[in-house]
Amino acid sequence: MMNIKIKDAFQNGKALIAFVTGGDPDIETTEKLLPAMEEAGADLIEIGIPFSDPIAEGVVIQEANERALSKGCTTDHLFDMVKRVRESGKVTVPIVYLTYANPIYTYGKEKFMAKCEECGINGIIVPDVPFEEKNEFLAEATAHNVDIISMIAPTSEDRIIKIAKEAKGFLYVVSSLGVTGVRSKITTDIDSMISLVRKASDIPAAIGFGISTPDQAANMAQKSDGAIVGSAIVKIIGQYGKDCIPYVQEYIKSLKEAVRSEELVEKVS
Amino acid sequence: MQEAVNGRFGEYGGQYIPETLMNAVNELEEAYNKYKNDPEFKREFKDLLVNYAGRPSLLYEAKKMTEDLGGAKIYLKREDLNHTGAHKINNCLGQCLLAKKMGKTRVIAETGAGQHGVATATVAALMGLECEIFMGKIDTERQALNVYRMKLLGAKVNAIETGTQTLKDAVNAAMKEWTNRIEDTHYVLGSVMGPHPFPTIVRDFQKMIGEEIKEQLFEKEGRLPDAVIACVGGGSNAIGTFYDFIDNKDVKLIGCEAAGEGADTERTAATVTTGTTGIFHGMKSIFCQDKYGQIAPVYSISAGLDYPGVGPEHAYLSDIGRAQYVPVTDTEAVEAFEYLSRTEGIIPAIESSHAIAYAMKLAPTMRKDQILVVTVSGRGDKDVAAIARYRGEDIHD
Repeated sequence: MMNIKIKDAFQNGKALIAFVTGGDPDIETTEKLLPAMEEAGADLIEIGIPFSDPIAEGVVIQEANERALSKGCTTDHLFDMVKRVRESGKVTVPIVYLTYANPIYTYGKEKFMAKCEECGINGIIVPDVPFEEKNEFLAEATAHNVDIISMIAPTSEDRIIKIAKEAKGFLYVVSSLGVTGVRSKITTDIDSMISLVRKASDIPAAIGFGISTPDQAANMAQKSDGAIVGSAIVKIIGQYGKDCIPYVQEYIKSLKEAVRSEELVEKVS
Repeated sequence: MQEAVNGRFGEYGGQYIPETLMNAVNELEEAYNKYKNDPEFKREFKDLLVNYAGRPSLLYEAKKMTEDLGGAKIYLKREDLNHTGAHKINNCLGQCLLAKKMGKTRVIAETGAGQHGVATATVAALMGLECEIFMGKIDTERQALNVYRMKLLGAKVNAIETGTQTLKDAVNAAMKEWTNRIEDTHYVLGSVMGPHPFPTIVRDFQKMIGEEIKEQLFEKEGRLPDAVIACVGGGSNAIGTFYDFIDNKDVKLIGCEAAGEGADTERTAATVTTGTTGIFHGMKSIFCQDKYGQIAPVYSISAGLDYPGVGPEHAYLSDIGRAQYVPVTDTEAVEAFEYLSRTEGIIPAIESSHAIAYAMKLAPTMRKDQILVVTVSGRGDKDVAAIARYRGEDIHD
């Protein structure tokens, strides 16, 4: 397997991180989407392993989880698909899984992390494993070069520094209270969150939850090292099903352009 | 007595929740540790239990049942006689009082059968707290009267249409709502489950059940019971019943799980009997799930026991062999519901009927000089229409 690292995503300026629920609407479509997303400009791809009870997700991604599960998508199907995509050489950006503690625990921690390494998964985001419980998967993940991505939230306050200090890969900055989903406005004081992160660590920080428009993506990337877009992409997949690929590509391109133009503005100013 | 160490009961428990909630549960733990030994808090809680909920609840000698079954002497712990008709009020009074002390002005809660929702709405009305309840859509249909009761008490009721539309999904929705609004809101978790410190807090607010049993039985019989039995969904009335007896090794602790159509079928909610270790709803515990960790769509006639997990302290008590967990089917529970109504003139909740059903099996195998205590966690008025329908009568709430 190629030697891909999560930090690669942040080497060429602001990163655009794109999320897709694995197996929605089916495995074949996800398999085509991954290279298409990279081609359109995604610097890192997050694949959600569908879970029956995704407690951090809003309705859009929850429904995608249900669609994928109803088509019989399993963790093994996703591993096999990612392996094929990696072996094809068409996806060279870092890939991380987003899933919940139970699918990993029940699969077997060691087996899961070994599979990640074998198939070319570079990290995992597990929203229901906070800092206090990170030892649940840490030893197995470390042994297999899988970064556990830490999250900070608007309520984290005094926790930000200790979380950032031990963070690996990149730091996932949750922009808003509540669950994932499109928001018309993000009202959190992101700047003070990021400045706390910078005090503690030089880890790249990317902002997610609620980002849907190119303007929002540009604005969030400008405040940090990247923007994470999930529900808005999943919504397009939900709308177009198997025919979603050109629409997702077009959307990702528009986000990437916005994220980049913000960089230009920064450089000029 | 076992205490949770870092929120763990053996390997079970923990705090598997989104980062957004971590400071909220830390704040809760801090407040609980501050108030649990505070004389003023204890006095207020006790006053509410006595003068509002009507505690202590009776320990009733079920003479006809004892005679009919022809074995151990049976006592019923009458949690059904509490205000709002179940043990749930104990925990709600404790948690809402704590929420007030923490300066919260709004409470949210999940509910299955509606008993916890009604109890939360009741205490919220009493204490002037805004209240919002999350209930699976299927449960709102099978417990329609409780939905209206909650509304009557001033609560907003959200019918949850995601997933299996039952208790599990109500918990998901309540947790999501908590991440959305933390500042002024306390989540009144209804059972000994979820992230630490909930399993400990809820147990402590229910442990008077066992303490009273011990005291009342000592007055009547001058000794400990040989066995105590309670039904288990998440397990709050069971842990409340068991906790004070854990160190009395000769007292058998028996939890009755809802087996639905049978623990060997897919239509079951018998978690300890059929489940495996997993991590869900904030805790490591035992869950009904498939080999990929997808939570199973469980089933029971009882909306209150229709839950794919069990509290972490129960998982631990089962592991170390201190408590035994047995499956009881829908059919057995319905027969027990009818039996207790007919025999003692007490209509038990369908949840509690699972405990009665196992007592009916166990008592005849015990000697006449032995004593069996069964906790009747709630009254069965809410279930009458559903049981009538189960028996083919066309009756609706």
